[in-house]
Amino acid sequence: MISVRDLYKSYGELEVLSGCSMEVRKGEVIVVCGPSGSGKSTLIKCVNGLEPFDRGEIVVDGVSVGARGTNLPKLRARVGMVFQHFELFPHMRVIDNLTIAQVKVLGRSGEEARRKALALLERVDLREHAEKHPGQLSGGQQQRVAIARSLALDPVCMLLDEPTSALDPEMINEVLDVMVALARDGMTMVVVTHEMGFARKVASRIVFMDHGRIVEEAPTTEFFASPRTERAQQFLSKVLHH
Amino acid sequence: MYDFDWSSIPGALPFLWQGMKISLAITAIAIAAGIAWGTALAVMRLSPAQSLSLFAAGYVSLFRSVPLVMVLLWFFLIVPQLLRDVLHLSHATDLRLASAMVAFALFEAAYYSEIMRAGIQSVPKGQRSAALALGMTPLQAMWFVILPQAFRNMVPLLLTQAIILFQDTSLVYVSALADFFGAAYKVGDRDGRLVELLLFAGAVYFVLCSVASAFVRVLRRRVAA
Repeated sequence: MISVRDLYKSYGELEVLSGCSMEVRKGEVIVVCGPSGSGKSTLIKCVNGLEPFDRGEIVVDGVSVGARGTNLPKLRARVGMVFQHFELFPHMRVIDNLTIAQVKVLGRSGEEARRKALALLERVDLREHAEKHPGQLSGGQQQRVAIARSLALDPVCMLLDEPTSALDPEMINEVLDVMVALARDGMTMVVVTHEMGFARKVASRIVFMDHGRIVEEAPTTEFFASPRTERAQQFLSKVLHH
Repeated sequence: MYDFDWSSIPGALPFLWQGMKISLAITAIAIAAGIAWGTALAVMRLSPAQSLSLFAAGYVSLFRSVPLVMVLLWFFLIVPQLLRDVLHLSHATDLRLASAMVAFALFEAAYYSEIMRAGIQSVPKGQRSAALALGMTPLQAMWFVILPQAFRNMVPLLLTQAIILFQDTSLVYVSALADFFGAAYKVGDRDGRLVELLLFAGAVYFVLCSVASAFVRVLRRRVAA
């Protein structure tokens, strides 16, 4: 579904990705973790072309992201993305946040888009907030709306960039519950997160990054039981024991 | 001591009102066309296409570097002739109002574009990323997501600029067009009561603009809240 091969990217002198490769198969949930500044977010933003890269290749569902002739908007419409700071459109009601891309990008009718939107809001348990503006919702509710918004386009896979790290602690679980349900439904997901409980529960594999490199990639149980690298051991001992 | 005589004003009110309607018409057209063209310029200025960006930057700095009154004069000298040739109008058609509107719209667009540029830049970058991630093209992201927020953030500044514009419409007197100021001048000149008429005109501008400014201040507080 997603294949990243030997990816390089730098901002001037600073190399943020050096030779990253990974494969995500259909239905897999990959958790990308690592210390801040390790290039995790940059890596997944490269996957849907929001960040350009210098060298290497990314293929998503058979389409090469970096190739010249690629229709990026068309590709992005098939890849859902959820952001750390939600990025709901504050000038639109919740329902309009969910319908605008369906209508303007996919060309669905207003009626069809609305039906789909309401069904998705039902699924994230926010049906009664459809007519409100995002600013009237809590952070957790906003992130659930954002997940519903990207699901509205029927994506073939989802990228989630630290979806819970801007949330107050008491709201993290309601968002994780939605993500777990999504994973159990078989959605292909790449999730950048420090939520190791979530990773243990649903991740197929863990990708551990440090200084722009993928230093370890292992099946979930193996990663938690016996991380091979010292960096991963140190990282795990920090995020698991506090 | 100067002997004030206000008696020529009451009789001149209908004529002055005609002038006020011209001033308001020029203001309204210049605001609408100026914001539309100014927004287009701002989008060009921020576009990755260098030719568009350079064109917009050149346009803005040109119009901001020449006095408005000169722009108006050029337009009075050039545009009527041009419009007559293009539209095959007779020489009797009075195009002074149309050319004033065009001149103001083009001139004000340079100022509005700077306001809209600041407005676009005031919208967090993540909003654009989110719009693009949903499959929107850069232009769709601009139109549906960024511009509505930019516009909303800039409403107080756009209105303040509109108040300045309303005052500046008095400069059309250089074309002998009877806007409010021009009408007041004509009446004062005719009756030998220029001082009274200009004081009266000034008072009217003062009251209208003060009320409008107070309205903008209330609005600004509501936008901030």
